Amino acid sequence: MKLALSPDEVTFRDELREFYRTKIPAEIRDRVKYGLELSRDDIVTTHRILNENHLAVPKWPVQWGGRDFTPMQLHIWEDEMQLASVPEPLTFNAQMIGPVIAQFGSEELKARFLPPTANLDIWWCQGFSEPDAGSDLASLRTTAVRDGDSYIVNGQKIWTTLAQYADWIFCLVRTDPNAKKQAGISMLLFDVKTPGVTIRPIKLIDGHHEVNEVFFENVRVPADQLVGEENMGWTYAKFLLGNERTGITGVGRTKVKLGVAKEHAAQIRSGRGTLLEDPVFAARVAEIENELLALELTLMRVISNSTDGKPNPASSVLKLRGSELQQAATELLLDIAGPDALPVNTGDIASPGWAQRSGPAYLNYRKTTIYGGSSEVQRTIIASTILGL
Amino acid sequence: MDFELTDEQVMLRDTVRDLLGRAYDPETRLKVIDTDLGWNRDVWRQLAELGVLGLAFDEEDGGVGAGPVETMVVMEEIGRRNAPEPYLDAVLVPGGLVARVGTAEQRQRVLPALAGGETLLAFAHDEPGTRWPATELATTAVLAGDTYRLTGVKNPVPHGDCADQLVVSAALPGGGVGLFLIAADAEGLTRTPFRTFDGRRGAQLDFASAAAELLGDGGDARAAVTAVEVAAQASLCAESLGAMEEAMRLTTDYLKTRKQFGVTLSKFQTLTQRAANMYVSLELARSMSLYATAAVADGSADQVAASRARLQVGRSARHIGQESIQMHGGIGITTEYPVSHYVARLTAIARTLGSDLEHLRVLTDRVGEYNLVEF
Repeated sequence: MKLALSPDEVTFRDELREFYRTKIPAEIRDRVKYGLELSRDDIVTTHRILNENHLAVPKWPVQWGGRDFTPMQLHIWEDEMQLASVPEPLTFNAQMIGPVIAQFGSEELKARFLPPTANLDIWWCQGFSEPDAGSDLASLRTTAVRDGDSYIVNGQKIWTTLAQYADWIFCLVRTDPNAKKQAGISMLLFDVKTPGVTIRPIKLIDGHHEVNEVFFENVRVPADQLVGEENMGWTYAKFLLGNERTGITGVGRTKVKLGVAKEHAAQIRSGRGTLLEDPVFAARVAEIENELLALELTLMRVISNSTDGKPNPASSVLKLRGSELQQAATELLLDIAGPDALPVNTGDIASPGWAQRSGPAYLNYRKTTIYGGSSEVQRTIIASTILGL
Repeated sequence: MDFELTDEQVMLRDTVRDLLGRAYDPETRLKVIDTDLGWNRDVWRQLAELGVLGLAFDEEDGGVGAGPVETMVVMEEIGRRNAPEPYLDAVLVPGGLVARVGTAEQRQRVLPALAGGETLLAFAHDEPGTRWPATELATTAVLAGDTYRLTGVKNPVPHGDCADQLVVSAALPGGGVGLFLIAADAEGLTRTPFRTFDGRRGAQLDFASAAAELLGDGGDARAAVTAVEVAAQASLCAESLGAMEEAMRLTTDYLKTRKQFGVTLSKFQTLTQRAANMYVSLELARSMSLYATAAVADGSADQVAASRARLQVGRSARHIGQESIQMHGGIGITTEYPVSHYVARLTAIARTLGSDLEHLRVLTDRVGEYNLVEF
């Protein structure tokens, strides 16, 4: 048993730490650190710097830009990125559709899509959820009917994150209406500017535009934009969602949030000293920090055990607890802001910007226990696959 | 990073698991903890023969020269069976102090007999009206001629009832804390044995100018006490983990077999979701327990690492213990059914060498000293 990085891993970490903090613009990293909204440009700029330095898609096959990192190196790559407040490579490209095309796509599809996906020349969005098919994804109803060299797509998607910025969508569609739920599903790729596609914003609890409804009305999609085989889409979706889970723990980001919270708390007068000196407040910080370390170590255990390719059962804990701690950190910031959290988007008043952002951020982060498999879904997975209940 | 046990450590685990599994089915355990001694000398002898009692001591002290990871392995199995043998109280803690502080002659005299299972020690440190950490001691050591004499009350002394010899802490005449060796039947020492709510044993020791032998060279032993306590806290985490795993296993088995309204309890989502929460608590505790042991194995007697582990393990133990009983229903609070004993043991551990409150305080005091939390 040895719970420390090897000397090689320390070197690897230090190089990345230096790279992220010198090559990614400080103003972008500050926006991440202090919870300001990122522009499309911020995300593209960062993604391309990472890609130029072969750090955008390290999990891909080496031929397409992957790095053959060990699980621990991949963790360090991601953790250091979070600790440096670097926007992560666009997850739809790097974590989701890229690996699926690399794994299941034809050579032609790979050559056509992987390089622009790695460089964010194509911004992808995910067309999975539907109004009646969220956690029960296999109930999806959007249809694709073969017509010559094309599929004709009709239906609706929902919760499509950042579709307003997207160029293309990867979409689950029902190609065999007579097959049982999972069996008749395929995955199609198409340009969101194709006639018949309508993107409509959904305004969220924090007042921001982050997710969308996407409508398809007789959208004609060339048949060579089918991923892999027809009716095999469920397999690809499961592969993709498996990738989604790992990065969602967010220990590094939550650490930074707690650090920022402490910075602010040290500036606020409370009782006989600063808020940070208040023992009741400090105890609450200590509790959250300790839970975060327990989760980080659990993450390390999962990483250390994943070398043989078998998922560690403890990995189910990561999404569940990681999202709860992200919420705890946003709630802490909100409580530090106190009454200064009430005004929003108002300049030239004494309530600082971070405080004005803390309420919307807290409300927005309620999503973390819902998306990517809700906490209830995670518990069901734990109960059935680990505990055998 | 490496969280795995070596082949030898796995073998040790399996051997101890096998021994304690054979010794303690729930019924036998009930009989044993009801005896005056409260544990089984035959099991103790077998542990000695396997080298388990000497794991933590150097070979020149009659030990095996193994380390904290090995003792963690043993403690986890003790927790899993809820074995009442006083491995921590009689061997690891007082033996650890002798190994750290004792002179070569004292180590030679005390430790081989301890490792061989021939003598039992206990550490008399806690005093009435104080909570961990006991830094200000009311028990005093006075030098009369060339003999130290101890006066004061030590309570509770875990397994002080059966010890042959005691390691006692006392305030030194010139300041600081000294450690002393004294035979349990020494003149001027009265002991009053008691039973604990988790079926273990202890004693109050009253010292009335009892003559005692200074352990080591007489310097301030507080750092040694802290180091041994940190190691003991890691051991308690490991024991808790074994107990939590077993409580969890009993509970999931119960949910799978117990029928209500014509179906097994596992058909009720309220219960399976809560069982999943228990599993989350278990894994977080396991991570922190490994961390505490690794920190001790690194040679850093780091109270912060130990308190981090104790806080998480304490939270998890309370959660798993309370939920285990609740999901069992009435049978969970009966003496015959083992889950109640695991919960009692976990509850007792959480009040030993500091509670959640005290360990949280250790962490709270430092929150302002760093920006990002890390190990």
